[in-house]
Amino acid sequence: MTNSIEEIEQANVILAAGTNTTEAHPVIATRVHKAITRHGAKLIVIDPRKTEMASWAHIWLRPYPGTNVAVFNGLLNVIIAEGLADDEFIAQRTENFAAVKEAVASYTPEVVEKISGVPAADLVAAARLYGQAERGSILYTMGVTQHTTGTEGVLAIANLALATGNLGKEGTGVNPLRGQNNVQGACDMGALPNVFTGYQKVTDPAVREKFARAWGVAELPAEVGLTIGQIIDGAGEGKIRALYIMGENPMLSDPDINHVETSLKNLDFLVVQDIFLTETARLADVVLPAVSFAEKEGTFTNTERRVSRVRRAVSPRGQAKADWEIIAALAARMGYEMNYEGPEAIMEEIAALTPSYAGITYGRLEKGGIQWPCPDKEHPGTKYLHKEKFARGLGLFNPVSYKPSAELPDDEYPLYLTTGRILYHYHTGTMSRRVEGLNAIAPTGLLEINPADACELGIEDGEVVRVVSRRGSITPQVEITDRVAPGVVFMNFHYREAAANILTNAVYDPISGIPEFKVSAVRIERIEG
Amino acid sequence: MKMVSLTIDGRPVEVPQGTTVLEAARQVGIEIPTLCHHVDLSIAGACRMCVVEVEGNKKNLPAACAQPAMEGMVVHTNSPRVREARKVVLELMVANHPLDCLTCEANGNCKLQQYCYEYGVKEATFTGERRRYTVDEGNPFIERDMEKCILCGKCVRVCHEVQGVGAIDYTERGFDTKVTTFMDNGLAESPCVSCGQCIYMCPVGALTAKPSKGKGRDYEVEKVVTTCGYCGVGCQLAFNVKDDHIVGVTNVPDSHNQGYLCVKGRFGYEFVDSPDRLTTPLIKENGEFREASWEEALDLVAQKLGEVKAQYGPDALAGLSSARVTNEENYLFQKFFRAVIGTNNVDHCARL
Repeated sequence: MTNSIEEIEQANVILAAGTNTTEAHPVIATRVHKAITRHGAKLIVIDPRKTEMASWAHIWLRPYPGTNVAVFNGLLNVIIAEGLADDEFIAQRTENFAAVKEAVASYTPEVVEKISGVPAADLVAAARLYGQAERGSILYTMGVTQHTTGTEGVLAIANLALATGNLGKEGTGVNPLRGQNNVQGACDMGALPNVFTGYQKVTDPAVREKFARAWGVAELPAEVGLTIGQIIDGAGEGKIRALYIMGENPMLSDPDINHVETSLKNLDFLVVQDIFLTETARLADVVLPAVSFAEKEGTFTNTERRVSRVRRAVSPRGQAKADWEIIAALAARMGYEMNYEGPEAIMEEIAALTPSYAGITYGRLEKGGIQWPCPDKEHPGTKYLHKEKFARGLGLFNPVSYKPSAELPDDEYPLYLTTGRILYHYHTGTMSRRVEGLNAIAPTGLLEINPADACELGIEDGEVVRVVSRRGSITPQVEITDRVAPGVVFMNFHYREAAANILTNAVYDPISGIPEFKVSAVRIERIEG
Repeated sequence: MKMVSLTIDGRPVEVPQGTTVLEAARQVGIEIPTLCHHVDLSIAGACRMCVVEVEGNKKNLPAACAQPAMEGMVVHTNSPRVREARKVVLELMVANHPLDCLTCEANGNCKLQQYCYEYGVKEATFTGERRRYTVDEGNPFIERDMEKCILCGKCVRVCHEVQGVGAIDYTERGFDTKVTTFMDNGLAESPCVSCGQCIYMCPVGALTAKPSKGKGRDYEVEKVVTTCGYCGVGCQLAFNVKDDHIVGVTNVPDSHNQGYLCVKGRFGYEFVDSPDRLTTPLIKENGEFREASWEEALDLVAQKLGEVKAQYGPDALAGLSSARVTNEENYLFQKFFRAVIGTNNVDHCARL
């Protein structure tokens, strides 16, 4: 997030795109609710599903899955056409506006309506609302990013914020709500194929030199590594021979699970480190037992860049060890000593090598979390980014255009499948599905289908059906609901017995490497008898 | 901003116009007892526990939570008249409240109990009819015992004003007033999302966390402040720990989540003690796992990774790190792959 969670309450207009906030980020949703009911903020929701957020919205735009970019460009088209752009901000703080202006010129409300199904008048109303906001805040999540054109979606959002001057001040911003507890931290720490900590590029010789010296090795690899999808493909092709998986469950979380399984089985050696024997761990040659977050010390970094302490509440269960201890023990066996007294000492090393974390110490975190960038030990942390200038100097407009999703419904697979989370379970359910009460409330993965489609197919609420895509099939129970539009079905991916990712399409955004979970094509078959 | 000056218990206070007497008193460290007040909820003025004496006001004792501070006001927060009034308020509540502190979950963490102690209210001095309600046990996480409800309404306000759900509200009038769900059908049949914000707000034992029942009173548990392990909001919470087990969760109000949590954060800790937990390393032999020592398992992993590296080069190895583990562990994992193995083939599920 460029801005902070508490600042959501200061926004006059909140534009929430592809975020089921009340279910995926419930406590952030309380801020949205308070912004509306206490401070009179207006809410625009862009979502193909009628989420709780959509029911709160003053304007709800319901595009066909996969047409976000057209909608965002359409909003900017109207904002420019109606003179609502912030000319002063554009002139002083940004560059390349002309290119974007040209790129969105053809996205008139009528054209956008044809592509996305969003009525032209609603698009105009939403553009006016956001365009006129004194403080407009955009919230988005994977409804925007999990497309083959996810990067374009994010750039189109950034264009909207730049054109209206909604960056670099309180209560505004481009605010991705990050999914997992420490997904922000894992990225910050360089658990990515192209960067070390703090997004320092592996391709930069000076950066490699700095890390090599600190780590006491002669040299570090200069070539960008493989992304998660490429690693899975590489395993299938025999390019990757050994894989070490720590706390991940690609056998439920990744697209096209059947492909993941064949790939992992093709490895010479698979080691999985986890707290449970997950679907992925079952395929391993060696399984190493780790402790949960309640049994160890450390830090997580949340979606607003806030680094907070994780503290040991109970002792490790059985012989399980903290992940850091296991990695250090393994490194020692491979001839590299990692002698740390504990996580605090590791954080000291991180701070020394990472400018944005330089001022973060466990001592300071005792008083509460600190938001990076925190460049020195006196720095209070950064509530919102881009205040005086952008990281690169001027904010860069990037022209983008709409491209259809990789797989669209056809005669054989006539329905859109889109996937997401529910409130009561988390990701692959390894934790939440071992909580009795959560299972009592949400015992099974349901397929949401519109009453019109259900009627046409002759299926009843609660019926078990077969859902088939080009990758495979599953047999979930049906929930008939108008949360989804006719022609669209929705599933969550939390349940191994109704694993939506058997169906999803393993095609990726070429830049971000994010799979297109939000759009694939399926058909539904009744199960006889 | 226009400022007003007043005197509270002999101390001069200056506050912006519109500040309540309660807030003004807090500003100079004077605590006024409250039951229905919460800083993030609308003002109800329902419980009358916060009454204060204002010089020149012979008519009544205003509620400090609702009374705006006014220029020249002289306020007494703990005068005999105030104490007497609060005592009567408590006696009226106790007259219709079960005195079952011996078995009550809230014992030691109950504002009614605390104030009765402070104001010397020992038993019900008013006799008469008592409410008789059945306990709503239908929700797996939240138990509602409305015989213990003092009708402060904080649960209703947090459900409507913060959570935006409105699963509960007042029904009936006068003596029969009750907080309940639509058609009195119980939480399980309501739009309740089990966030437990109502438990957080409840000053007595009317709303309690079902999974914590009988597992330890507030004063028996150690509270370990930590960061929630579910979503990226990173809510601060405290695990209530007794005998090396998590038995509940306490709110951390001074945090970016303002003490609020969701159903997973507040109630989703049971997996820590799941019998399914991996407790020993496992090595697969002939397609079956067998238990192994750490020594054996780590030796085998180091050997196998070393062999692959020697035979196919470092780029034939890859690592998937995790958005679930700590920063320190992610750091070490990428360091391991880059410095020890010698490849940048390291990623995690940020894309999923």
